[in-house]
Amino acid sequence: MKRIWQTLTSGMSKYIIMRLLQVILVLYLYMTLVFIILEAQPGDITDIYVGNPKITPEARDAIVKQLGLDKPIHERYFEYLKNFVTGHLGCSFKWGNISPTPDPVCREQRPTWDLIKERLPRTIVLFLTYTIVSFYIGFFLGKLIAWRRGAIIEYFSTVVGVTLFTVFTPWFALLLVWLFAVNLGVVPIGGFINPDSWTNIRQIGSVDCSVGISCSNIVFNQMLLWLGGLSLFWGIVYLWSRRFSYVWQRNVIRWGAVALGIVLAGLFFGGSWFGEVNRVVLARNTKFQFFVWYFEFPAGTIPLFPLALDFVQHMVLPILTLTLISFAGTMLLMRNTMLETMREDYVMAAKAKGLPDNVVRDKHAARNALLPVVTSLIFAIAFSVDGGVFTETIFSWPGMGQLLLLSALEQDYPVAIGSLVFTGIFALVAHVIADILYAFLDPRIRYD
Amino acid sequence: MQAAPTFKPAEAIWRVRLQLFWRGLKSSWAMFAESKIGLTGLGIIIFFAIFGALWPAYPWLMERLAWTPEELEAARNVPYGAISSIYQVYDPVTGYDPLIPGIENPTPPSRRHPLGTNQFGRDILAQLMASTSSEFMLGVLAALITVFIGTFIGAITAYYGGFVDTFFMRVADVFILFPLVSFLIVLGSMIELTLIKLAFVLGILYGFGQITVILKSQALAVKVKPYIEAAKVAGGSHFHVIFRHIIPNLLPLSFLYMMFNVTGAIFSEAALSFFGLLPGIKVSWGIMIDSAHSGGYILGGRSFQNWWLWMPPGIAITLLCSAFYLVGRGLDEVVNPRLRKR
Repeated sequence: MKRIWQTLTSGMSKYIIMRLLQVILVLYLYMTLVFIILEAQPGDITDIYVGNPKITPEARDAIVKQLGLDKPIHERYFEYLKNFVTGHLGCSFKWGNISPTPDPVCREQRPTWDLIKERLPRTIVLFLTYTIVSFYIGFFLGKLIAWRRGAIIEYFSTVVGVTLFTVFTPWFALLLVWLFAVNLGVVPIGGFINPDSWTNIRQIGSVDCSVGISCSNIVFNQMLLWLGGLSLFWGIVYLWSRRFSYVWQRNVIRWGAVALGIVLAGLFFGGSWFGEVNRVVLARNTKFQFFVWYFEFPAGTIPLFPLALDFVQHMVLPILTLTLISFAGTMLLMRNTMLETMREDYVMAAKAKGLPDNVVRDKHAARNALLPVVTSLIFAIAFSVDGGVFTETIFSWPGMGQLLLLSALEQDYPVAIGSLVFTGIFALVAHVIADILYAFLDPRIRYD
Repeated sequence: MQAAPTFKPAEAIWRVRLQLFWRGLKSSWAMFAESKIGLTGLGIIIFFAIFGALWPAYPWLMERLAWTPEELEAARNVPYGAISSIYQVYDPVTGYDPLIPGIENPTPPSRRHPLGTNQFGRDILAQLMASTSSEFMLGVLAALITVFIGTFIGAITAYYGGFVDTFFMRVADVFILFPLVSFLIVLGSMIELTLIKLAFVLGILYGFGQITVILKSQALAVKVKPYIEAAKVAGGSHFHVIFRHIIPNLLPLSFLYMMFNVTGAIFSEAALSFFGLLPGIKVSWGIMIDSAHSGGYILGGRSFQNWWLWMPPGIAITLLCSAFYLVGRGLDEVVNPRLRKR
């Protein structure tokens, strides 16, 4: 018992536990704040019916009663908290039910949670990709600029960087759509899928997706699972390969893992080959049932690769736009922190030791300048859903941001408020996870 | 018998203070003037300030150059002198030019309209100029509120510590992670946000967040300085120490963050009005882009036709936002000695 207590109250565990407790407090404050601000607005939801001749005052009173708006404020507050804790985010006003088994509470209407669940993966994929790409580019360029301070490249990249950093996002996105989609025609104008390539698809593997659940979501979630799994696999292999002392050994292992992952993904998304193997194996022997179950999913009937490519095509332009807009911030930040670390004594010492210039830059200065950049990366991930509203809307990418804007414009308040609160929760959770990772990276944080 | 010597200061105290202030300002300016980006930003801000201030002169000038009542009278076949002012028939911001048939709009830049007209016949340059002052007002007002709250709370939390500190830092945690854009969208759909309301909402939401934390850490560094101790020993009250000693030392940093907040506020206003969420604001750069976009003039054409509808407002927003950001960067080198060139 004592031992458990000691582990819990020391170092990392203590940090994580304290952080989680803080998060619960912050979450509670956030929910309360949203409630107070929404409650402080004049009138109530039924005000949208004021000019509607079909809704009599009696009918309006009935709606008020049905929505529970006649109850005293504290009861509504507790109900609001209870609903979020139990995961009931209300029913949409505008979205009809599409599931063959309707929700018992919402019946004809679609539950908000269902909408969010469908849209969140799309947003996460888009924003995780662009965040990683733009941070890598920003880190790389910022490092170079700081290293040659005063060169012409510094002025040039500062001007370009500041312009891109402060450019009016929706306008810039429209400009890029106009250039790449309308004029050059290399990418689609917007949207998530090209409906033509999905019209004949009624079934993926053994899952019937003609009613209720859409085929594109299944393929998209498969893609997401594969990407996540592959990144995890590559990360573990990368860490494991550091045990080897020779560079060539490490390289063989790392590149081997990359090749293996690409081949596996290619076979999976390529389709037919696995399907054949499945059928043969299944006919001969039932011992491999587990593996068969796993690989049976694409079933060889449709190659998933062109379908997956459809998403990728639609993602290119939003990712390009978001990267152009946001890499500049990282670049300028990296430049600043790099300028500070370059004055440290150990950089001087490394130079005096006679190390090559790029080694001093990459291994000594840049690594230590990385920490503030990682902090800003954490914030960027936490704010991805929030900041994506404009981009998603311009590119009609059906994610959380577009859902929020459309439901706000259409006065679909349950969905709007549900996604607003969920955006905050997402930011908070992402922030905490990143904080804990950060504490692993930088030991100074957990011990203060 | 000698008269008792009376103490006569060489100069009045306010004069000394003024001189010190002036000297500090001069040396800061010298440092600021060294950074080219800061000066560029300042130049752009001054340009837009003049541009906005010239708005009342634009109709006056155009009435004498292009929109002469005589021309209108000749076109309309009305007797000479029937139209004394162009304003009787034409308001450049919201009305349409009576000499251009509605079907011809949008018209390219011409003598009558230096930047052309949009599809409703409204003069682009007039709209640009008319909304400049409100963009300035919104940005500066929101940033002032932010900085006021941030400086005050930052100083108080650093000075008192304890419960006050914990409370405001947890509140700051909430506001830092607050999904501002989403929130403004939901709010904009519920109530009619006017310029002043929006400035207050933005100011409050920014004010309790990041800026409080930054100014608090600066105030903590000020708090341990010997002159604070001296002021306390000399019998200064909490109020006196906070307002006369801590806050003046925070002001340079507050001013710096104010610049960045102006950028954020102008951007938010433009984006919200672009998506039609600010019905309380009638003319704005964001609305100009929106009307070009929703009219199909941006994505409708392959060539660069109709550029005058959407290039000027987009460039104006970008330039004004980047100008405040650049001034902030220039000030950063003054306030933050670690960034200065050796």
